[in-house]
Amino acid sequence: MTRTVFLLVMVLGSPSVGAQGDDAPLVVGSKKFTESVILGEMAAQLLREAGLAAEHRAEVGGTRVLWEALRRGDLDAYPDYTGTITQEILAGEALPDEAALRARLAELGIGMTAPLGFNNTYALGMQEETATRLGIATISDLRAHPDLAFGFTNEFMDRADGWPGLQRAYALPHADVRGLDHDLAYRGLDDGALALTDLYSTDAEIAYYGLRVLRDDRAFFPAYRAVFLYRLDLPPEAIAALERLGGRIGEAAMQALNARAKLERTPEALVAATFLRDALGIESEVTVAGFWERLWQRTAEHLLLVGLSLFVAILVAIPLGIAAARVPRLEGPILGIVGVIYTIPSLALLVFMIPLLGIGAVPAMVALFLYSLLPIVRNTHAGLQGIAPPLRESAEALGLSPGARLRLVELPLAGPSILAGIKTSAVINIGTATLGALIGAGGYGQPILTGIRLDDTALILEGAVPAAALALAAQLLFDGIERLVVPQGLRL
Amino acid sequence: MIHLHRVTKSYGATQALRAVSLEVAAGQTTVLLGPSGCGKSTLLRLVAGLIVPDEGNIRVEGTLITPATAPALRQRMGYVIQEGGLFPHLTARENVILMARHLGWPDGRIAQRLADLADLTALPLDMLDRYPVQLSGGQRQRVALMRALFLDPAVLLLDEPLGALDPMIRSDLQDDLRAIIRRLGKTALLVTHDLSEAGFFGDTVVLLRDGAIVQQGSFRDLVERPAEPFVERFVQAQRSLVLE
Repeated sequence: MTRTVFLLVMVLGSPSVGAQGDDAPLVVGSKKFTESVILGEMAAQLLREAGLAAEHRAEVGGTRVLWEALRRGDLDAYPDYTGTITQEILAGEALPDEAALRARLAELGIGMTAPLGFNNTYALGMQEETATRLGIATISDLRAHPDLAFGFTNEFMDRADGWPGLQRAYALPHADVRGLDHDLAYRGLDDGALALTDLYSTDAEIAYYGLRVLRDDRAFFPAYRAVFLYRLDLPPEAIAALERLGGRIGEAAMQALNARAKLERTPEALVAATFLRDALGIESEVTVAGFWERLWQRTAEHLLLVGLSLFVAILVAIPLGIAAARVPRLEGPILGIVGVIYTIPSLALLVFMIPLLGIGAVPAMVALFLYSLLPIVRNTHAGLQGIAPPLRESAEALGLSPGARLRLVELPLAGPSILAGIKTSAVINIGTATLGALIGAGGYGQPILTGIRLDDTALILEGAVPAAALALAAQLLFDGIERLVVPQGLRL
Repeated sequence: MIHLHRVTKSYGATQALRAVSLEVAAGQTTVLLGPSGCGKSTLLRLVAGLIVPDEGNIRVEGTLITPATAPALRQRMGYVIQEGGLFPHLTARENVILMARHLGWPDGRIAQRLADLADLTALPLDMLDRYPVQLSGGQRQRVALMRALFLDPAVLLLDEPLGALDPMIRSDLQDDLRAIIRRLGKTALLVTHDLSEAGFFGDTVVLLRDGAIVQQGSFRDLVERPAEPFVERFVQAQRSLVLE
């Protein structure tokens, strides 16, 4: 299996070159929430203003994904928060102040800009009305209401400075605690499914949904001051460009920027450009792609993800299926291994890929390749095993060699089954490829991800509808191929 | 022509053949007769080299059958099974010429041989472009026979070739098949459980029971001079079936 992974990597070219090449543009990443995307946009525009080629890979994933990608060199910079770095990335290390933090990061080859100004710390919020009715103003007040349903972001659920630490610090007795997406949490609060969620203090929704932010009366949450992390091997003018934002964005300003992007649906690139013009006098040219241009680009990305991974999967899976059907010793191991791979949750598989292959299209394609194996291997195996023994013996009694029997008789007879396997793989692959956007692979998953973040159904449909259409088209395509390659005698 | 020496074959605990020795004379039709499970099909499949004996050995035209010699020997033996064993994804024509084409015969030679065999087996030429599912049972067996004869093998192995046909078609094909075998002077080894069919085809009839030969000789011998009570019972059972 490892060999096939390497094969795919070779087909796609070495993935670790990317951002390191001399001519390659600098790559700025951002996490999958609006504020990070706006800051990532600003960084990219500042780098371009400094005369450097730079691109912004938006909504790449969570902290771990971005940090690993920065360490590997897939990214050159991304916005993060001091609290996240000390509590999450370098958890357990004694870093009493910013200087210590900066020194520790430098050992890892990473630089940190001066804080941008605002402190986007964690906070807990609930509906103003509910809070008033229950008389809750501080986090300590929650202890008196153990039946409230809490919905926290998955990251907050897991991290040491999130729910586990908070629960201990305040001795909170609550049992109904769920992990979910940040943007879904707001909607849960709105329709009453949840009583409380974690917020960021610069969230645009605090005012929009009429939320009360509970006072952190035991000062549990550390400071989350926004900074850019960057690779120390960046050219000095790039670092200088990133430093220009130091101390320029206050909390109110950030809340307003978030509101413009999230609530007014202004594209982040435009929000960033307007701020840079007003604050630093920078005129940057921002082109926001139109609907058809976006659709075309995502279709191209999606087709590449699906097409290449499926193609290599077919090349690998059919021989594996033949081996499983013809070599009894290999049958168990082959079917077992591709079966186990298939049961790995796709999100987990994508994240496993990051340390090996970084972020972007390559790890997504390898994951899709691995998922595509099972249906094809299974159906090839079943198609060959299902050939009636008299037919198999007739081919042998004719005097055909094993290779000729396979080519002239057995594979054609198994053809419809193999093709059905490929069809299944293609449809599953098209659907799963939308998850590739979580690690920066683009495709139809990108608008779905952005749509969830912005609570924008139209945007979600902009990804979901073409993905469904593509699955349908694949179905039709394979029906056509079936008519071409499955012998007439088997269709009568 | 075909020589079996103390051939033994078991499937797990079941002994299909127990130390069977048999001589199949060249240019003659030898019928393997017996109730189901007596080992007659196993014997035929051993001769075709599809399975390997546990003990003993088999020679065809003097050559010992081994996994190494089997592929070449199979081209000297035509094999027809009950349902014909035609490949459903190929037309009748493609089925018939599959092996010759694989061996790289020139087109002219293939076309000539095809025409000759269609004539011999009385298969209308337009049937050759049909797929097996589009043919009747009798036509399928004629195609299967053409395929078995295509490389002009010395030996024909026939495993219940008429077993799946209804009586009228069966009787027609039975006549044709015997005429073809005699005309071509082939050595034939035919498996059946049907006494009258054995009498119709067999120069020599070999009656098997529980993996061993009970009696072999002419059909008349079998009927008139049964070697043991089992032979008598077997003959009687099938005769009364015919009379009723």
